[in-house]
Amino acid sequence: MIQSTLSEERLERGARAAGLGAIAAKVLAGERLSLDDGRALYETPELHVVGALANHVRERLHGDLSYFNVNQHVNYTNICNKLCRFCAFQRLPRQEGAYCMTPEEVAQRIRDQLGEPVTEVHMVAGINPRLPYDYYLDILRAVKAVRPAIHVKAFTMVELHEIARVARKPLEDVLPELIEAGLGSVPGGGAEVFAERVRQATYHLKISGGEWLAIARKVHQAGLRSNCTMLHGHIETVDERLDHLDRLRRLQDETGGFQTYVPLSFHPENSEMADVPGPTALDELREIALGRLMLDNVAHVKAYWILMDVPVAQLALAYGADDVDGTVVEEKIYHEAGATTPQAVQREELVRWIRDAGRVPVERDTLYGVVSSA
Amino acid sequence: MDRCASPSATRPEADARAAESAALPAWEAPLASLGRSGPAGDEVARIADGVLEGRRITPEEALFLHDHADVLTLGALADHVRRAKHPEPIVTYIVDRNVNPTNVCVTDCGFCAFYRRPGQEGEYLLTREEIVEKARETAELGGRQLLIQGGHHPAIRTDWWCDLIADLRARFPELNCHALSAPELDHLARLDKRPVEEVIRDLKAAGMGSVPGAGAEILVERVRKVIAPKKMKTERWLDVHRKVHAAGLRSSATMMFGHVETSAERVEHLRRLRELQDETGGFTAFACWNMQPEGVPEQSKYPRCTTPAIYLRVQALSRVFLDNFDNVQTSYVTQGVKMAQVTLRYGCNDFGGTMLEENVVSAAGCSRLESIQGIEHAIERAGFLPRQRNSWYGIVDPRHDGATFPGCAEEAAVTADAQEAARSAKAEETAQ
Repeated sequence: MIQSTLSEERLERGARAAGLGAIAAKVLAGERLSLDDGRALYETPELHVVGALANHVRERLHGDLSYFNVNQHVNYTNICNKLCRFCAFQRLPRQEGAYCMTPEEVAQRIRDQLGEPVTEVHMVAGINPRLPYDYYLDILRAVKAVRPAIHVKAFTMVELHEIARVARKPLEDVLPELIEAGLGSVPGGGAEVFAERVRQATYHLKISGGEWLAIARKVHQAGLRSNCTMLHGHIETVDERLDHLDRLRRLQDETGGFQTYVPLSFHPENSEMADVPGPTALDELREIALGRLMLDNVAHVKAYWILMDVPVAQLALAYGADDVDGTVVEEKIYHEAGATTPQAVQREELVRWIRDAGRVPVERDTLYGVVSSA
Repeated sequence: MDRCASPSATRPEADARAAESAALPAWEAPLASLGRSGPAGDEVARIADGVLEGRRITPEEALFLHDHADVLTLGALADHVRRAKHPEPIVTYIVDRNVNPTNVCVTDCGFCAFYRRPGQEGEYLLTREEIVEKARETAELGGRQLLIQGGHHPAIRTDWWCDLIADLRARFPELNCHALSAPELDHLARLDKRPVEEVIRDLKAAGMGSVPGAGAEILVERVRKVIAPKKMKTERWLDVHRKVHAAGLRSSATMMFGHVETSAERVEHLRRLRELQDETGGFTAFACWNMQPEGVPEQSKYPRCTTPAIYLRVQALSRVFLDNFDNVQTSYVTQGVKMAQVTLRYGCNDFGGTMLEENVVSAAGCSRLESIQGIEHAIERAGFLPRQRNSWYGIVDPRHDGATFPGCAEEAAVTADAQEAARSAKAEETAQ
């Protein structure tokens, strides 16, 4: 057994006082938590104890290191036939505001930021059934033609399902072609909450939890890393969240292909579920902590500041998160910028926020290679 | 409200500002892991265990926590102290309104974006009718307090304020006048060329029920010389509050940090407040917020807006150090409601006021009642029971059936005084 330090003794003492002593013992011993343990961690009012346990795991894995990257987003279309009730982004084909970028338009987005030290493009979009298989290959090639060194993290499991459908061949055969065209890794979106009850109520046209996991398995088998997510704070129950985390954990045991878990906070604004309040910052912090504690086999937990707001993401670095995502600067802002580029300002700000949280900022690439230690 | 909350809010001149403020003492947050390991971690643990046992911490210990503890440890300690003082999961707030009768000020604080010099464009002085109308709206919404403060107007003297307060008390006895911070009282004493005790006595006689804690900034001379050289000195701020308490009135205390002060000066500020509270017991509550530097007259003098991790560090430390303060108020106006909910686990037990004024001004689409509901909702969703309070932090809420603070009796006394004053004023009128 590892020599227990003063800080571990205090952690265990605090947890015991909160009735979480057995869980703390497991965490300190590096043992896997059960779903019952997870339920206790969701239900206890002692958020700080949950945070301290998650932080213990985070520091065991990463010390004070906190990762970010310099990236850009391209959402190539907002046309979507899945009609998910929680989504404010989707449009029907003839609806006002609907758009679909040509490969050249995608290339232009990349070209706009050639002067910036961007290492990753995050490319996800709606499910637009009119797009042919070649379109997906073309946008990957378009990005790489403009910026060969950029890492393309693209296509959620939901989009990959659609791409295989229009390609009329198995995903196993499609993935090598996408990789050949420039696909570098796969984001974690579209998982929502795996429970079939939640799917029927909010996103019944989208692939099921089982399908999402099956596609993730194939992605990992093709040699790609991916992220994984959970959309929390809408109609899902604690047990449904735990079931979701457990299914991610079991697939990870099998493939080891998930590099980062990202809890996604539900935002009710402009969605069909505007009556659901969405998570509070305290809920978001707990979700980060639960992810860190339950997903003991996933290396990183990300506090996605774009959804959580920077203040909460900053604080999340004390509740189990070791990553805050990237700079994500839109090109239209870029065009309006003065002497200092927005990427540089954004980068400097993320560095400052991480430092104020008592952490060491590290700029990473998509696969967690160190770009620079700020 | 959230102008400091996003990295995209910073501008290119941030670098220039940072360079200018480089001469000022720099402070960097300690590495989180070091607050729990090694010699510093052991000392943090020792101090923390003292807090958990209910022991008062020394200023030296407070400084050590400030400079070495990680934010989560501070949060857990503050949460412990809050719960010890308020075992019931209640978070209070008051239905109130800000009334700023004038923005004319001769004190020229470089961090203030509100004031105008006499004669400067944009200066204003509200009429009695305008103020009464604001009070009426507040009363109609079930309000309990008017937070009346303003600039240091060179021509508005104590009798003007006494007339105003007596009038408001007579018309709206249910509204406490939480009025005139220490720098304003000091300003009136100087205009009147008489002791501040007399100013306080007259204002109290007119119906002033309690005194807000503004103008404290950082109670350290070095800092005040930089940020507010014309404002009253530390000793005077403390002395005015001492005299307010001696006159039988309660007041609150504040701290504005995140500008040019060092961590030791933050602790020194808290030490001065704790000592006076030991002496008088007259403070009802403490509130702190970080300076909002965007758009203030001397913006170039100040560093960028403090980030929430620093805000929460100071917030939590304040709760731990100020063991003789019953209440700590959050600042949703500067932090936003989302972070204010987080502060409820970092030592705060009060959500402040509804500030109907803010909502009236920024009107569109947001009715005033919704703002009360908004606060109720925010408190509930953070896991607490929202309860309305009065200016003295007494719970005055039909939903509350437990014990309440002695404040209610004090409010009753003030209300009775005001009603008496109103009756005698009416009697005088009739006689004439």
